[in-house]
Amino acid sequence: MSKRKILMSFAAMCMLSTAAVAEGPKAGGVVNAVIQPEPPSLMMGLVQNGPTQMVAGNIYEGLLRYSPKLDPLPGLAESWSISEDGKVYTFKLVKGVTWHDGKPFTSADVLFSIEFLKQTHARARGNLVQLEKVEAPDESTVVFTLKQPFGPFIGIFEVGSLPMIPKHIYEGTDFKTNPANNTPVGTGPFMFREWQKGSFIRLVKNPNYHVKGKPNIDEIYWHVIPDAAARSVAYETGKVDVLPGGSVENFDVPRLSKLKNTCVTGAGWEFFSPHSWLWLNNRSGPTANKKFRQALMFAIDRNMAKDVVWNGLGRIATGPSGSAIKYYTSAVPKYDYDPAKAKALLKESGYKGEKLRMLPLPYGETWQRWAEMVRQNLQDVGINVEMIATDVPGWNQKVSEWDYDIAFTYLYQYGDPALGVGRNYVSSQIAKGSPFNNVEGYSNPEIDKLFADGAVAFPDSAREEIYAKAQKILVEDVPVAWMLELQFPTITRCSVKNLITTGIGVNDGFRDAWIEK
Amino acid sequence: MISFIAQRIAKAIVVLLALVVMNFFLIRMAPGDPAVVMAGEAGAGDQLFIAQLREKFGLDQPLPVQLFLYVKGIVSLDLGFSFRQQMPVSKLILDRLPATLLLTGTAFAISLALGILFGALAARFAGTWADTAITVAALIFYATPLFWVALMAILLFSVTMDWLPSFGYETVGAGYTGLAHVLDVAAHLILPATTIGLFFMATYARMTRASMLEVSRLDFVKTARAKGLSDTVIQRRHVLRNALLPVVTLAGLQAGTLVGGAVLTETVFAWPGIGRLMYEALLQRDYNLLLGVFVVCSAMVLAFNLITDLVYRSVDPRIEFAA
Repeated sequence: MSKRKILMSFAAMCMLSTAAVAEGPKAGGVVNAVIQPEPPSLMMGLVQNGPTQMVAGNIYEGLLRYSPKLDPLPGLAESWSISEDGKVYTFKLVKGVTWHDGKPFTSADVLFSIEFLKQTHARARGNLVQLEKVEAPDESTVVFTLKQPFGPFIGIFEVGSLPMIPKHIYEGTDFKTNPANNTPVGTGPFMFREWQKGSFIRLVKNPNYHVKGKPNIDEIYWHVIPDAAARSVAYETGKVDVLPGGSVENFDVPRLSKLKNTCVTGAGWEFFSPHSWLWLNNRSGPTANKKFRQALMFAIDRNMAKDVVWNGLGRIATGPSGSAIKYYTSAVPKYDYDPAKAKALLKESGYKGEKLRMLPLPYGETWQRWAEMVRQNLQDVGINVEMIATDVPGWNQKVSEWDYDIAFTYLYQYGDPALGVGRNYVSSQIAKGSPFNNVEGYSNPEIDKLFADGAVAFPDSAREEIYAKAQKILVEDVPVAWMLELQFPTITRCSVKNLITTGIGVNDGFRDAWIEK
Repeated sequence: MISFIAQRIAKAIVVLLALVVMNFFLIRMAPGDPAVVMAGEAGAGDQLFIAQLREKFGLDQPLPVQLFLYVKGIVSLDLGFSFRQQMPVSKLILDRLPATLLLTGTAFAISLALGILFGALAARFAGTWADTAITVAALIFYATPLFWVALMAILLFSVTMDWLPSFGYETVGAGYTGLAHVLDVAAHLILPATTIGLFFMATYARMTRASMLEVSRLDFVKTARAKGLSDTVIQRRHVLRNALLPVVTLAGLQAGTLVGGAVLTETVFAWPGIGRLMYEALLQRDYNLLLGVFVVCSAMVLAFNLITDLVYRSVDPRIEFAA
């Protein structure tokens, strides 16, 4: 192809894409999507599990949304400002917003939501520890004052982290037993209409939505289909149009991607950045030895796992932070696949063939196969591994009670090291009974101090320096064996346009989506 | 007869209570509890969150207290509250029960009708190619795992031929009413009901065949033949009727398990029934819901046993009622 031809085709491409833009979104249509497992409830202030967030992200809204680069975007707040000293955050709310039942949304609802979530939302409670007070000088202004500067604060206003709850429905009631929990009321682009348990959830367009001309779609049906193979078939036979990330087994993705009129994207996970690793028990056994843990890192062929188990999706994790979140650095020690080096390190560590108990994550075939692959890698360098089979509750219990040597897991990072990374490495997070803290039992006073300082350092450049240092130390110490930055592909009919526009992907609702006819 | 039924019901209640206590302990012997599972699904949960959940569910109470409260509830016909779904267990079960009864009832009818028909045919033509064909087919359907049959049926009739829907109870959002709705549900019913039906049909066919061959060697059949009755009448009136007793026994036993026995089929076909509810409750350690489903299933088994005894009597009047 000559240079001119390339130029011409490039010009043609540009024209095509402008033509597509000029066409603009069309109103109307119904979207059929899959939800798995069935959410226990759609009341987002009380329940925060994945499926609830995915469906209820259409019903509720937060003050802000986040771009794929995690920059804040207007949500229920149209503008915001941060004081010079980083302690006072002032939000101007969008005017004329109403709840689905017609009552106006005001700053009083924001104040109420903060109090509500402090009682019910574990993550919001953690995010709000630096909050000194929150005030509402008028109906459309909210002022948050912090005890000290807290860098990640601007990142906590997404709908799943801080959903707005209607004061007029919940004030003075027992939140958990309020009958309104079964008919959620939010300010979002879609309204709850019907839920046939075990079959489907139906949402309809909010005609009074505060963003003019949106949403475009009339109705969304979320189908509950418990079997992964049946979900693939439902897409293949045209009964559903959207398979959100994780709906089908990974080995079905290449086959489905080849179907006619099918688009696949890995976008929309930037905010959560699911980061997978092996929890190594730092307390006892061979895994308590740093050299042994480093040997594990060299022994595992993560590239092959990515290509074979995950069909090439995702990225090799280089350390505690994912590459999409703030203050990530790649300037850390590297652990490329090197069995010889692993064997040498094993020898140095004094490993004598003790048996290690490995817990795969019981989340389906993909994870099972991954665990088998890692076991093979470890056996190849002479590590004696025994696989322990559990179901999800059994896994939770074993991990929370530190009853394992090596355990698969993945955790969300929520865009900032202070929100989703530190919890896995600081000593204050060592507590039996929960699988979401420092389960591996790593304890290093230097790391504790770095994460404590990093959360409140000001301005951002100071934070960057601190987190770079922390990442370097952690990667040297290998408290856990980092595996992959996961990417769960969203599979859709290509006629469903503009579905994923922000860093929280499908969970941000279908407000911008439209269907090409 | 009425005193017979009353006595049986009284016994059933005692059995049911014993089952409740046994199930209560069995379920709690499994590792993990609902609070941690729910925190796990939320992807975050500090100690306070988990402690709050435990307290709310009453899991912080000693086991005997929990058992006492549960049994007390059962006795007053209250199945308790589902931890995860935040709804009374009885409502969750009643919502799902009709779908399961429709599915398994249809499957039961299909399997019994076809099973007896094919079994009788196989016995009638014992030793011929028809007998071999029926026997082999029955063996294949019996030996093949249900979920595999289900997936193959979906592949053939939904994906390749596009004749029948692959999942669900009805066409969501179509808004059918009246006859259109009935036909729609029927179309969704065909694949799952046939999948379960074929499996049970195989056992009935084998049973009917064996039993008929046995009966046809008995003296009264010879007498009937000597009287000069036609072969068809002998097979239908003398052989089949007597051969059905063991089939009724088997059907009675299976009818009870049909309620809870459709877990796999309901999962593969996304049928909103009670089997799936039970499976999900197990995975989430939703103790009350799981126990509730067990109680309902046990009650069904007991009820079907009673019905079987009554059917016995009408099939063979020589059998008398005794509790």
